Amino acid sequence: MGDAEPDTRSRLIASEARDRVRFEEEALDFADQVYRVARRLVGTSEEAEDLVQETYARAFRSWRSFTPGTNMRAWLLRILTNLNVDRGRRKQRGPDFQPLEEGDYYLANRLAQVAGEEVLDQERVVERLSQDGIVDALADLPHEYRDTVVLVDIGEFSYAEAAQILDVPIGTVMSRLHRGRRRLKQLLAEEAAS
Amino acid sequence: MTVDPCEQCEELLQGYLDRELTEVEVRVAESHLDGCDYCRRRYRFEVNLRRYVRTTAAERIPPGLLEKLEQLRNEGFAY
Repeated sequence: MGDAEPDTRSRLIASEARDRVRFEEEALDFADQVYRVARRLVGTSEEAEDLVQETYARAFRSWRSFTPGTNMRAWLLRILTNLNVDRGRRKQRGPDFQPLEEGDYYLANRLAQVAGEEVLDQERVVERLSQDGIVDALADLPHEYRDTVVLVDIGEFSYAEAAQILDVPIGTVMSRLHRGRRRLKQLLAEEAAS
Repeated sequence: MTVDPCEQCEELLQGYLDRELTEVEVRVAESHLDGCDYCRRRYRFEVNLRRYVRTTAAERIPPGLLEKLEQLRNEGFAY
């Protein structure tokens, strides 16, 4: 305890304030991406806005538990998915079910049947699927599949990042992704055929 | 009843699309795609589908939300 102590303390406080500002700036840079994932995990844009605000409120409170240099985007999404589970916000239209599984090529095969095999070479063939159809099909996925598909296919997280966010083994991510995408394609094929 | 001639390749192609395969698996996937017109068409379809789903399902952050998040940051400083 010497005369230098107040100086050291004020330097520490200043340095912590700088760390905090840096943390907040970095977190806010991801707001667009965090919202994009949140929007597809819940039913309405209002719910998504609430969820994102709660996520940032919690992130700003617990900023010290973030290790600088690690994956901030995954850290934020971990908070968000936990909050989403805690609040029972997931709108589930019925109990989880094991859908009859079609293969990965199911949707492509259906479109090829309707329009001919060569049509699959055209980039625009997917545009036969409506925006609403895609949004509805994502919303209709059982929630465990949806979380994984949204993180990887909309959020562009790797399998390992999705595993970290959802706190499940990577093999679970792969199987949920696999089944979720197959189910998604089945729903899209039903829409395309109707 | 459609018989899928390349069922065993489907899973490999999903990992290939996700860039999550090992080097050896990548070589297997690529050499299969080189020789299989059926899978090549479906691979291209899957690439386009992924991109289309991603862009279609992505909604931009609503106006005003970023300001609300900034506000939360300032509230934190108050106590």
